[in-house]
Amino acid sequence: MTHYTLADYQQQLASKDISSVELAQFFLQQMAKHAHLNSFITVCEQEALLQAKHADELRAQGKAGPLTGIPFAHKDIFCTKGIKTSCASKMLDNFIAPYNATIVDKMASAGMVMLGKTNMDEFAMGSSNENSFYGKVHNPWDLNCVPGGSSGGSAAAVAARIIPAATGTDTGGSIRQPAAFCGITGLKPTYGRISRYGMIAFASSLDQAGPMTQTAFDAAILLNVMAGFDPKDSTSLDTPVPDYTANLNDSLKGVRIGIIPSFFGQGLHPDINEAINKSKTVLEQLGAVFVEIDLPHHDLAIPTYYVIASAECSSNLARYDGVRYGYRAKNPENLLDLYQRSRSEAFGSEVKRRIMIGTYVLSSGYYDAYYIKAQQARRLLAEDYQNAFKYVDVILSPTTPDPAFKIAEKSDDPVKMYLSDIYTIAVNMAGLPAINIPCGFSGHLPVGMQFIGNHLSESKLLNIAHQFQQVTSHHQKAPEISL
Amino acid sequence: MSITNDEVKKIAHLARLALSTDETNAFASQLENIFKLVTVIQNTHTDGIRPMSHPFDAKQRLRKDMVTESNERDIMQKIAPATELGLYLVPQVIE
Amino acid sequence: MKWEVVIGLEVHAQLATQSKIFSGAATAYGAMPNTQACAIDLGMPGVLPVLNEETLHMAIKFGLAANAHIAPESIFARKNYFYPDLPKGYQISQYEIPVVGKGYLDIILEDGSVKRIGITRAHLEEDAGKSLHEDFRGMTGIDLNRAGTPLLEIVSEPDMRSSTEAVAYLKTLHTLVRYLGICDGNMQEGSFRCDANVSIRPMGETKLGTRTELKNINSFRFVEKAINYEIERQIEVIENGGTISQETRLYDADNNTTRTMRSKEEANDYRYFPDPDLLPVAVSEELIAKIKTTMPELPQEKRDRFTKAYGLNSYDANVLSSSRDLADYYEAVTKVANEPKLAANWVMGELLAAINKENLNITESPIKAEALGQLIQRIHDNTISGKIAKTVFVHLWQNEGSVDEIIEKQGLKQVTDLGAIEKIVDEIINNNPQQLADYKAGKEKLFAFFVGQAMKATQGKANPQQLNDLLKDKLK
Repeated sequence: MTHYTLADYQQQLASKDISSVELAQFFLQQMAKHAHLNSFITVCEQEALLQAKHADELRAQGKAGPLTGIPFAHKDIFCTKGIKTSCASKMLDNFIAPYNATIVDKMASAGMVMLGKTNMDEFAMGSSNENSFYGKVHNPWDLNCVPGGSSGGSAAAVAARIIPAATGTDTGGSIRQPAAFCGITGLKPTYGRISRYGMIAFASSLDQAGPMTQTAFDAAILLNVMAGFDPKDSTSLDTPVPDYTANLNDSLKGVRIGIIPSFFGQGLHPDINEAINKSKTVLEQLGAVFVEIDLPHHDLAIPTYYVIASAECSSNLARYDGVRYGYRAKNPENLLDLYQRSRSEAFGSEVKRRIMIGTYVLSSGYYDAYYIKAQQARRLLAEDYQNAFKYVDVILSPTTPDPAFKIAEKSDDPVKMYLSDIYTIAVNMAGLPAINIPCGFSGHLPVGMQFIGNHLSESKLLNIAHQFQQVTSHHQKAPEISL
Repeated sequence: MSITNDEVKKIAHLARLALSTDETNAFASQLENIFKLVTVIQNTHTDGIRPMSHPFDAKQRLRKDMVTESNERDIMQKIAPATELGLYLVPQVIE
Repeated sequence: MKWEVVIGLEVHAQLATQSKIFSGAATAYGAMPNTQACAIDLGMPGVLPVLNEETLHMAIKFGLAANAHIAPESIFARKNYFYPDLPKGYQISQYEIPVVGKGYLDIILEDGSVKRIGITRAHLEEDAGKSLHEDFRGMTGIDLNRAGTPLLEIVSEPDMRSSTEAVAYLKTLHTLVRYLGICDGNMQEGSFRCDANVSIRPMGETKLGTRTELKNINSFRFVEKAINYEIERQIEVIENGGTISQETRLYDADNNTTRTMRSKEEANDYRYFPDPDLLPVAVSEELIAKIKTTMPELPQEKRDRFTKAYGLNSYDANVLSSSRDLADYYEAVTKVANEPKLAANWVMGELLAAINKENLNITESPIKAEALGQLIQRIHDNTISGKIAKTVFVHLWQNEGSVDEIIEKQGLKQVTDLGAIEKIVDEIINNNPQQLADYKAGKEKLFAFFVGQAMKATQGKANPQQLNDLLKDKLK
């Protein structure tokens, strides 16, 4: 049963082979069984069973939509009314959101059944899910390895078949990197395609929500629900949402795929290099044409990202002051003490580090040298992609330089950790969509590759990923513990 | 470039973070390493390049001037650490 | 040494919108604490701002009225600092590119001359909440109702040279924003707030001296007093060999002094940067053209028209155009009674006196403009005298009916029957032989005595002109 996809469950629900309640119960058991992965912060058993019951009633009345009764989980970064929304921080350990994020509302109105809130790096800052107030998440392929981050709980849960699908967010690779480490499909849509309202902000100009699933087909189904204009988000894109499942079966004949030769040199794990080479052959057999391109400013990506993302985060996280909600230090001596202790006691060290970087680059005397310079570099990076898309439809790139690393391997060296984001972060700065799909193994660990498209090219990315998955089986492989 | 402990303290104060001596020392060396990474952008010619704040050149959308929110004080203050008579309480603010 | 005073003002005008600048919460004044603070105003996690269209339109209106450049694209930025009345830890404001750029306003000085004051910029921003310092067991209470209320911050050039000029500028601005309908101008409620940058320099010097910023000066009177105090303080410091330090000073109205609030060294590093939650605000030529068509006649234009069309002197025109409501009232009066000068006297005299006495707004006057027009009409057509009209005015104020009803009911109609007046005059002359003799002997002052007696006898209803003519004739 665990190897069915979301699309399979759709059919089973439609044909009434299974009820929503049965499905919810089954996955709630899965969650309990795999609790040691620590992929969940909150399990919503009561609420989920009520929603499932309601879904079954709707179905009985003939009022079910395509996603009615489908179980899933939200990353604990999305505000859920009446349910704890912690962002994996001690700061929000007691925060019961008084409102729903727009996509929480959207998925609920589609009839989907939310089973819980997944673990993550605190405030989405991290690439290993080791920065959670609720403890690290284990990679289901190897419990000694990290699942990636920041959407590590969602990735681990989907990979271990604890749930059929989950939401994630991606600021610099936080959907794609854990998807690669855990061997699942993860789509980071175009910036603004999915509303950010109620999604706790890390870096506002980079953050984007997206689906994390077993297959590209499932990702398309979820994106259909998640995408769309939101008047409550000024940066949300006011363009029509196509049916993302409509073009999945288009032929790849003549599709031009860009390859950046320098991405495949030193620094890339040979197993990933080989897996992608084999995938290229598959894609060529499907009719795709490979074109060599260059992103000349790509070496600016990591520093640019850490300046911009940290600057935005230092300001976004100023609201956590112990006054209106969240953690408040005991017996503050005065106002300054209230601020300093509430924030210092409740933020983890990675969050503090980013706040420090961001405060520094915005401070008087450094703003022009760091922040403005980074914003200029951001334009160079974005323009590189626009030039590339004159010659190619999509770009194929590794998602990560290495497979999942060992827990604690990089946690003492932030620079080393930041460098592992090399392939993912420029995409966020350009606001582009990209999808990670599994493409092979390095030993017992899955590895992924990503397709990057131009703005609003999600249909094309899903089409390519789906076609690849029609003729390969990497995405069907599941870790042993799920069997 | 090097970042001194005093600079770290100044930044921490701006960010309202209280750092222990160990944290201050650690941050000083970590920030220094991180800013070494950043020198690559500083060595890039960016004259005349328009800084990019958003992924798109879109323009701000406007909402109509209408009251759409009602009084939700009780709901909002249920999650507040300290309130009295509908006010949020903080240690005395001296002006 | 002779000192020159240099003053620039920063005015925060609360924009008269229904909802806040970035949220749909109400902006009404005086609500119970935190009942008008929604998730966005409270800076809850994950919530986002969306700009209120009306605030932009109001800013453009001001820009057009201030002859200013309107930015085709302006940027919202975050001003980062921690304070309990600032929920997000940053204020959304405009920094590098404000919606309104350079412009100017002309002010009229006491001697009637015109001085041009430069406007540096005007930008949109959100207001903060309020700290209530009543003691809650050693704690301060925070009310965030005001957080997110739209403000237009209007910054002047340092073009004023005295506190009187500063007040004249402030009054001109105050009149203007109310004319435009973008701010209610209520200084007590904090809808129109002023900070002053004050410095002095030796007369003839072109370089600016070190300035201090005065805060908390929220009435025209306090602006004048605070600036005067600060000028004296600065002169004293410098003449005693000291130097002025750049700092923010708080005006204390109780003692009429200013005191240090924070020095430059303590000044915050605000770390402004473009707000990534908001996109550049575009203003098209079409929008500006559209807003132009909605612009009311501005105070200066109205003043000019009043002097030309109604023959008013500049003082009267200035007073009557000081608010749109008052000007509208005055014009409505002249529409009924085509006597602009008489109307001006009545509106500025009896009416404003009564209005001010009862602390009313002109729009709340129990005497509507049409009724006052009627009254003036009855003076003009000799139905009543100006003196009797004051009696009618009192009855009108009490809502005792229309002008004609009151005249009728109270029997106040002027006696214009020459025969009847003659009879009374004859009687008075006969009854006062001594006065008659004295008058004829040259005591001409006694003429007034006869007029008074006649008026008394007619209860003031005799037509004064007729009475005069008749008496002159009879006393010859």
